[in-house]
Amino acid sequence: MSAGVLVLEDGLILQGIGFGAQGVQAGEAVFNTSMTGYQEILTDPSYYRQIVVMTVPHVGNTGINREDMESERVWVSGFVVRALSPIVSNWRQRDSLDGFLREQNVIGLSEIPTRQLVRHLRERGVMRAVVAHGEAAQDTEALLEMAQNFMDMNGANLVDDVTTPEPYHWTEQSDPQWYAQHRYDPNGPLIVAYDFGIKRNILRMMTDRGLRVTVVPARTPATEVLAMKPSGVFLSNGPGDPAAVDYAIDNVRHLLGQVPIFGICLGHQILGLALGGRTEKMRFGHRGGNQPVKNLLTGHVEISAHNHGFAVTQDSDLHGGEVTHINLNDQTIEGLRHPELRAFSVQYHPEASPGPHDSLYLFDEFVRAVQGE
Amino acid sequence: MPKRTDIQSIMIIGSGPIVIGQASEFDYSGVQACKALRAQGYRIVLVNSNPATIMTDPQFADATYVEPLTVDICAQIIAQERPDALLPTVGGQTALNLAVGLKESGVLDQYGVQLIGASLESIRLAEDRQLFKDTMTEIGLKSPPSVVVSSVEQALNAVRDVTGYPALIRPSFTLGGSGGGVAYNEAELREIVARGIRLSPVGQVLVDKSLLGWKEYELELMRDARGNFVVVCSIENLDPMGVHTGDSITIAPAQTLTDKELQRLRNYSRMIFDRIGITTGGANVQFAINPDDGQVYVIEMNPRVSRSSALASKATGFPIAKIAALLAVGFTLDEITNDITRVTPASFEPSLDYVVVKIPRWDFKKFVGVDQVLGPQMKAVGEVMAIGRTFPEALQKAVRALDIGISGLGSKPEPLPSPLALRIPTAQRLFQVATAIREGISLEEIVEQTRFDPWFVQQMQMTMAIHETILRKNLRLDDLDAHDFRKLKQHGFSDAYIGQLTGEDEMVVRARRLALGVRANFYRVDTCAAEFEAQTPYLYSTYEEGDEAFPTSRPKVMILGGGPNRIGQGIEFDYCCVHACFALSELGYETIMVNCNPETVSTDYDTADRLYFEPLTAEDVLNIIDREKPDGVLVQFGGQTPLNIAHALQASGAPIWGTSVETIDLAEDRRRFNALMRELKITQPQGATANNREEVLAQARAIGYPVLVRPSYVLGGRNMAIIFDEEGLETWLRERVEWTGHPILIDQFLEDAFEVDVDALCDGQRVTIGGIMQHIEEAGIHSGDSACVLPPYKISQYHLDIIRDYTVRIGLGLGVKGLYNIQYAIKDDEVYVLEVNPRASRTVPFVSKATGHPLARYAAQIAAGRTLEDLGFIKEPSIDGFFVKEAVLPFQKFPGVDARLGPEMRSTGEVMGHASSFGHAFVKAQIAANMPIPTRGTACISVNDFDKATVARIARELAALGFHIVATQGTADYLNRVGVQAQRVNKVSEGSPHVLDMLKAGQIHLIINTPLGSQSYEDGAIIRSAAYQAAVPIVTTMSAAMATLQGIKRLLQKPLRVRSLQAHHRPHSP
Repeated sequence: MSAGVLVLEDGLILQGIGFGAQGVQAGEAVFNTSMTGYQEILTDPSYYRQIVVMTVPHVGNTGINREDMESERVWVSGFVVRALSPIVSNWRQRDSLDGFLREQNVIGLSEIPTRQLVRHLRERGVMRAVVAHGEAAQDTEALLEMAQNFMDMNGANLVDDVTTPEPYHWTEQSDPQWYAQHRYDPNGPLIVAYDFGIKRNILRMMTDRGLRVTVVPARTPATEVLAMKPSGVFLSNGPGDPAAVDYAIDNVRHLLGQVPIFGICLGHQILGLALGGRTEKMRFGHRGGNQPVKNLLTGHVEISAHNHGFAVTQDSDLHGGEVTHINLNDQTIEGLRHPELRAFSVQYHPEASPGPHDSLYLFDEFVRAVQGE
Repeated sequence: MPKRTDIQSIMIIGSGPIVIGQASEFDYSGVQACKALRAQGYRIVLVNSNPATIMTDPQFADATYVEPLTVDICAQIIAQERPDALLPTVGGQTALNLAVGLKESGVLDQYGVQLIGASLESIRLAEDRQLFKDTMTEIGLKSPPSVVVSSVEQALNAVRDVTGYPALIRPSFTLGGSGGGVAYNEAELREIVARGIRLSPVGQVLVDKSLLGWKEYELELMRDARGNFVVVCSIENLDPMGVHTGDSITIAPAQTLTDKELQRLRNYSRMIFDRIGITTGGANVQFAINPDDGQVYVIEMNPRVSRSSALASKATGFPIAKIAALLAVGFTLDEITNDITRVTPASFEPSLDYVVVKIPRWDFKKFVGVDQVLGPQMKAVGEVMAIGRTFPEALQKAVRALDIGISGLGSKPEPLPSPLALRIPTAQRLFQVATAIREGISLEEIVEQTRFDPWFVQQMQMTMAIHETILRKNLRLDDLDAHDFRKLKQHGFSDAYIGQLTGEDEMVVRARRLALGVRANFYRVDTCAAEFEAQTPYLYSTYEEGDEAFPTSRPKVMILGGGPNRIGQGIEFDYCCVHACFALSELGYETIMVNCNPETVSTDYDTADRLYFEPLTAEDVLNIIDREKPDGVLVQFGGQTPLNIAHALQASGAPIWGTSVETIDLAEDRRRFNALMRELKITQPQGATANNREEVLAQARAIGYPVLVRPSYVLGGRNMAIIFDEEGLETWLRERVEWTGHPILIDQFLEDAFEVDVDALCDGQRVTIGGIMQHIEEAGIHSGDSACVLPPYKISQYHLDIIRDYTVRIGLGLGVKGLYNIQYAIKDDEVYVLEVNPRASRTVPFVSKATGHPLARYAAQIAAGRTLEDLGFIKEPSIDGFFVKEAVLPFQKFPGVDARLGPEMRSTGEVMGHASSFGHAFVKAQIAANMPIPTRGTACISVNDFDKATVARIARELAALGFHIVATQGTADYLNRVGVQAQRVNKVSEGSPHVLDMLKAGQIHLIINTPLGSQSYEDGAIIRSAAYQAAVPIVTTMSAAMATLQGIKRLLQKPLRVRSLQAHHRPHSP
């Protein structure tokens, strides 16, 4: 381990200690307030091209295990913490965070004053940044220039980079010690899941409920999907600006009304756009596992996992669609549905992982929708 | 759902006296509930027997009853006040048990009172161990194999068939695991089970498979009537299973769980809530986790707010008790605003970007002979909490916050005879781990012995590595640069610790550090890890970049709290601090509270304008002063702890308000004080100070035995003793004295004197007496352990006039600006001054409640420059009726410790009884202290020769009232000789059937026992201890016996009546 530095596009420079891989990497600096689940966060494709700052000070305590992967690799561009744990202590551990990031060629920074950084991002909004570890950390001027020249998240289609190249069937279920519901059915209703950067736990939540899942690349045309005669279509989470994924919006417009649709996160934004709504970039987004979302249909509050920097605007005309969930912190739209078109979606992450399991019922609703109830 | 409008008035039950396992955290929760519900327009009827609490201040309720917490008394209050609802969940186990009693006895139904916040069914499901276990099995959760038994025989079978040894024994429905223990063999099993069955109100104990070595976690939870559910905080215990949570070092948030594991605990908690039927409010669930395979056992649930929920509230900024109270009247979580952000709702889960460490504080030195090994029965008397950005920083802050003369982890070498010693949980174990690390014992070995999670041990290794580096390189202060300092400070090293490592004084280190520009910054506890801006200044220090203190430019006063509760310094001082805060706030000052005790009202972010949750060391307080630049600092309200740093603060330029540090010194400095008393022509017992062993012996000889000896600069009479001869003095010097630079005080002991306590106020020009209290026990019993009565019930006007005159002259002579307390003794018609303490005293809340005058507020106003005349407090209040304060002692928790009272304070709490007659007031105090005076049955008398004549009069009257008298031989002979019929009973040493057998068989209802001199001392000790275990009232002085007799007579004449403080003071208050 040697010197590491984080340089924000507005000139804030924070020195720390590097871990994981050496080198330089640019990304959008965002913060996450989850106190657990760093492995799931690292491997969530929605964080592609982002440098994630964890607000919880001690990170790496429980190491890395086989099960908590949300995809096959780490997607973040950089990982910033206050105190990397020098040891790992957990019965499921296989590797340390440091070793894992090295193997994954991802830069980590420790000893960064993360609260100061988070307050900065909260006040000025998320921004472009560069992490550097090793020799590259010396030339902060060059790093600043690099941050300022990095792509803008607005208008960025990142889905093409993270989606699966080929369709595949998903059969794995969750481990029953973590999730109670298990009704696997190899002949269950077929769901075609668009992979915009899908998390494995979404797939597990579907197989756990007796759904048969085929995952398809993001650019799969609607006609091809319909030809598979699915009982439902799922629109996954993913990175970047939803408005830039125009082909997906088109495909969803085609699918609407043909088959029940359920979207999560980017999938929700795409559904919103397909219904005629608008999306906008938020100042610093929602990333964490403690967000209060109110289900307007039941009046219940769900404590939910979030990871989004864009949202469907509150003035959107959804042409018959209605808002079903709002965030009680800032009234952001967190869920919508179009009963006539049999489509619904949520901005947040009912599959959790990491986060509370309060919203798993949405997968049950999808099952009911698929079964025509 | 909006608030309920079908109820208008709500009764809240407090938790009674401070006892081990139930301390000031329930004052905090009770105050929160009262405030929140009154703000919603409900009429609040409050019942609590503890006068030292802030909640029993008349301003917090519409009707405040400082009355015994019994079904009978509460039934009377309900009949009088007719509340619509009863909230039983904010007063600990006491309130919950009382609510069950009120429900089961039909009182609630008779008067149409609804239980809110909990149902009888859910209380039973959660509290009845077997029902709870069955319920867990029913919903598919595992709990440790165990059996509920109600006899020793059943327990033996349970161990043989189910659990094996070691077995964990826990009585049902007791506080703090009272009466529990770990049994390693049959003899221990028999003893613990028998005791547990006796202590359990339902006569049951649980015999558990011992999970020694499993990790322990706790989740603090809330739920509203809509079913919205949040986890407020996860808490991880450093000590593994087997040590009571109250005795464990705990960390928040949990550090060694993956998200899947944490969510599993969350899901289980929710299932348990749903099944137990906690419809609204707060509760906690404890889990044990096998570190090798993650297997989870559910240990228990508390369907109420608790010590842990107070800790969680302070740790997160999420006020559990307040919100629980609002949920109980129908609000939902999303209808309540987060006080800290003021823009987001309470329906969320706090995210912590810091680490919180709680360390319990024990007071074993007060209890010679107590088993100091920690186990399932809580023994701690207080706790500290510290906040840091990392675990090492928080841990070291917590260590120095303990106020036990240890400046950081490993700063004071703790002997470690062998690594195996780490296996035994004790108060010293944390420090032994530091020693083990220094000695190079491997992490694996330390983990193997302690069963601490390796993660924590490794963090401690990092801290100790820094310590070692400084020593190994022999670094001097000048060798440390700003970078080194920053690293040390980020690991929580105090200036004092750095000074110790580099051979410099703390203040020199501080000066060097400041010269290098290394200053503490202050971060906010904001519930949301900086996602939203914090509007409430709840702060902690850290040495990371960025400062969020944002001090204002308003006139401001800082109030230093009392630190951890301990015997001699507890809730009474928090009461004073909180009142000082309120008073200054009313005067328009911004108030800044500094304290590190999570159990208190003072550390509620709602109490002062700004709260600094910091250790009360000179360094930490000066850091805050540097940032805030207060106009004044109050050190006289928090007991001895803030006084101990007053010099250092003043030397660094802090503006100390009120009584000056010089006056405080003058009162402590025996020589100067004696000179002043001579000048004022005020009598004192002969006294002297001594700075070494030889001087002590010589001075004692000169004064003449018996003498009273004690170290100076201590509170609660720590190590104070009455010594009758030189041999005793040598023993005391050997066993109880640590020479710390402060001298030993030696005084003539006034045998058989009456003692009097006076609380008074002086503004420099004038003195007003707040109250004159007469001790019921005679001289020699620590004032904190003695029952006392206001007004005095048998002191002549002549003596009272002398006392008043002395009090005025002493206050003016010392130049007190605020509160002071004087202890007097009256012997042979002479009034002696024993002690003067120019600060808020333990009796201030009691006097304030009895007189209706908030003395601590007055004192704070005087400190701010007001005069007594400005306050309109120029006349000693007259008292209507009698107010008796009785001490509550923890002997039930410490079997084997002699329960005799002495000059060293050992009580943990107090209760108050008030009535128009002394007898009734005394009886109420005894009932409230859980030593209810019997009106019939058998009285067992065993007294020394000196007391025989007096006891004969008492025995004669008891017999006339219908009591059967039994007595040990000498006493029986004497009684029979003077014509009082007394049946002889064997002393324990005389063989069975003896007094202990009778006691255990429930054949004795009252014991009068005075120490019998050294020969039969053992006998007396056994009886006293057994009486506490059997909860039979025991009287150990003749004056208390007289008072008891008066009480019995009064009780037989007239039933007890209840009256609220508001009703009591109404005719007198303007």
